[in-house]
Amino acid sequence: MMPLYAVLLLAVGTYAFRLAGPLLGGRLALSERLRHLLAVAAAVLLVALVATGALTQGHGFAGWARPAGVLVAGVLALRRAPFPAVVVAGAATTALLRLCGVG
Amino acid sequence: MLDGFTLMDMRSLLRTLERATLRDIALVCLADALVGASFGAISVSGGLPLWVPIALSALVFAGGSQFAAVGVVLSGGGVLAAVATGLVLNARLLPFGFTVADVLDGSWWRRLVGAQLITDETAAFVLQQSEPRRRRAAFWLCGIALYVVWNVSVLLGAVAGGLIGDTDALGLDAAFPAVLLALVLPSLTDRRTRTAAVVGAVVAVAATPFVPAGLPVLLALVGLLFAGRPGAGEAPAAVRPVEDAEQVERVKRVKRVEQAEPTAKETVR
Repeated sequence: MMPLYAVLLLAVGTYAFRLAGPLLGGRLALSERLRHLLAVAAAVLLVALVATGALTQGHGFAGWARPAGVLVAGVLALRRAPFPAVVVAGAATTALLRLCGVG
Repeated sequence: MLDGFTLMDMRSLLRTLERATLRDIALVCLADALVGASFGAISVSGGLPLWVPIALSALVFAGGSQFAAVGVVLSGGGVLAAVATGLVLNARLLPFGFTVADVLDGSWWRRLVGAQLITDETAAFVLQQSEPRRRRAAFWLCGIALYVVWNVSVLLGAVAGGLIGDTDALGLDAAFPAVLLALVLPSLTDRRTRTAAVVGAVVAVAATPFVPAGLPVLLALVGLLFAGRPGAGEAPAAVRPVEDAEQVERVKRVKRVEQAEPTAKETVR
């Protein structure tokens, strides 16, 4: 599952990213190119997590109920619905579809 | 005087900042409390032991990477893939550290403690202030408040998540991608970022049947080939303030997912 060493690895690596600026700030500047790439990389990973999380389960298709729920949540988020409404509506859509026998 | 500044002197922090800034910090805390509670509940209801979301929140303290790492593990991915995904996500904190470096100038312990409080939110609030005293006040107040709120809400969510029975019947497996989607949408206003993200997502989904779980999300990074260059044709020095202003706007828009408040910038349609 998620062993302690994995939590610690992520924590130490993240802390190193955070500490570099305060330690080296006066002596080093990041290039604009690198800043841009790091920002885009974060967005790319998050969208990939949304796509695989919505569509796949293990190595196969997750069924229609889950992506339908995520789609409803995405539409509500675009329409600036409050965060709790977005999440609850997504989960409720998936739950209702399953109740109706959609996989 | 700056010399008189102490970490615990919250009353002077409150007096230094404008009322509007204090209200914005409170709203960001409220939004993050909801995200944190979702994180705790989803992690534990997904099958992770109670200590995992709690330890991640206290030690990693970066919501997106916490969701990402737990998501990879819950979908059957390897531990190292989960850590790698979280680390690539958190690499964006590197430039934030340089942005707020002046605020943490001074004693060693201030740098060491302050570094842990660097997040998208604290960087954005520091960028809004120009006066050194206010930059410090905004950083420490937002950082400490968020750290407390985030960890308490994750704990409460995790305890609540343990009480939930059949998570699939409740559609909770859809809640995880739904939360991430709500968080990432505001950063997709830039066309090249959108292209890179779509290419990455297609690659990740297409690779899922063939490679070990956890790897598809990392393969999505080939989308970076479509990331383009920042402010093509301009000198880097001229681009920086614009980039920083965009950072502020982006974080503010992320937080407004919660408030349903229209912003000046256009959204993805």
